[in-house]
Amino acid sequence: MSRHPQVPLDELMGTVDFRVGERAHIVVDTAACRECSVQSCVTACPAGLFIPTADGGILFNYEQCFECGTCYMVCNTAGTITWTYPDGGYGVVFHRG
Amino acid sequence: MTDSRPAFDAIVVGAGPAGSAAALALARAGRSVALLERGPFPGSKNVYGGVIYGRILDGILPRWWEEVPVQRWVVRRGTMILTDTQALTVDFRAQKWGEAPYNGMTAYRADFDRWLADKAVQAGARLVTSTVATGLLRDAAGRINGVTTDRPDGDLRAQVVIACDGVNSLLARQAGILPQADPTHHVLGVKEVLRLPREVIDERFGLRGDEGLDIEILGGTGGIAGGGFLHTNVDTVTLGVVLSLPELATARRRPESIIADLKAHPAIATYLRGATVEEYSAHLIPEGGYDAMPRLHHDGFLLAGDAAGMTLAAGIWLEGVNFAIGAGLAAGQATARAIVAGDTSARGLASYREDLERTFVLADHKRLRLAPGLVLSHRLQRLYPSLINDFMEAVFTVDNPAPKPGLARLLLAVAKRNGVRFHELIADALRAVRVYR
Repeated sequence: MSRHPQVPLDELMGTVDFRVGERAHIVVDTAACRECSVQSCVTACPAGLFIPTADGGILFNYEQCFECGTCYMVCNTAGTITWTYPDGGYGVVFHRG
Repeated sequence: MTDSRPAFDAIVVGAGPAGSAAALALARAGRSVALLERGPFPGSKNVYGGVIYGRILDGILPRWWEEVPVQRWVVRRGTMILTDTQALTVDFRAQKWGEAPYNGMTAYRADFDRWLADKAVQAGARLVTSTVATGLLRDAAGRINGVTTDRPDGDLRAQVVIACDGVNSLLARQAGILPQADPTHHVLGVKEVLRLPREVIDERFGLRGDEGLDIEILGGTGGIAGGGFLHTNVDTVTLGVVLSLPELATARRRPESIIADLKAHPAIATYLRGATVEEYSAHLIPEGGYDAMPRLHHDGFLLAGDAAGMTLAAGIWLEGVNFAIGAGLAAGQATARAIVAGDTSARGLASYREDLERTFVLADHKRLRLAPGLVLSHRLQRLYPSLINDFMEAVFTVDNPAPKPGLARLLLAVAKRNGVRFHELIADALRAVRVYR
């Protein structure tokens, strides 16, 4: 199928309400990411929060997270992603879910 | 907190459909219950793919349809089978579904979940929002008797904790009841809610007033096992896909690009022309079915809803909210009975499981236990959409002056062209009969 000009991800993410807390609720051990040959999180995360870096690592920012759990489920190496919920009242707020 | 006497008879974690139903049942039985919600309001963390069916609400509130925050009542139910350039749609319409007592409805979870939580609050449950249950408390014997929260002095004790904390259920994982991560039993749902004027939706989908449409889609997921859905709200249309996590991980496709391709499909694009994105969202769905479910009752601890894997991904039926409400009600009632009887051990709470086995919640999951395997199977996902569409195309293509081929011969030829052998066709037909009988 020919690729359709699509709404860019940052524009899609701009439609979502986030109440960003001070604590990073997900912590990524980027040293382990440099050893990872697949880095499935980069394409699977629906919010696109896992950015590959030039040195083979991963740059992660928790702020626009859907709290879905995809990243830790697809992660190749147990323990690389420490996954918790944001503090009460913070994080994503869906209005049309 | 030094006082370890229970502040509540029961604590329910998560004010989604399962949690609010559990709290409602407990409050109606005269028990004190705290309903904890980590979001700023019930529904704020929740996303789903579709339709809420009303029969489970009959037991909660007579004439619930007069006040439920519905978007549209589903009177058209379709199944669409897609290849890149073909589409077969089975379109069923029942006007009866547009009248009380109704069948299915579309609704935004922010509205519906808040409405259901309000019912629990009106019955006497104590709703505490913006509060995360961070862990389980246990007594000296190791029996669960409360939760820790992220509030100052936030330990809460109760005789029973009911975990309705969703697909990632951190409480159940911490209790060792759920595995830490099992991608094979989960799919990722991603969707876009697309704004269109109400009259445009009515016209394009053949709807009037508060009539709605829901289409389930096979194919159109970029070769990744899963499916799609399209349904109408008052002045938005929801288009989404569910994607097998292991296949998404290896396909190296971005989820939003799969939705974009589906939006561009000729059979879908005409419905959505001119629509703008109102909200993009994503959520995991447990799809392991009956055989992947954890043990549901423990000493002082019950699981319900997505936390217990109670979603049916059976192709013809795709439901989660109804099961959550049904399980929540049963969990609340079993807890109330156990407290009265003075035994909140796993044995005292066992009537929860028995109740679910007798009713649709586990009976449906058990009867359709083989369905997730069939629905996500290689041939059904990869080969049959093309086989079925090629067959329809061959049937409807008029090749005069060549004489029309016999349908059986045509089917075999099309099957062969799509890499499906005769004995596989028969085996899959028998398998489908066995799964859905």
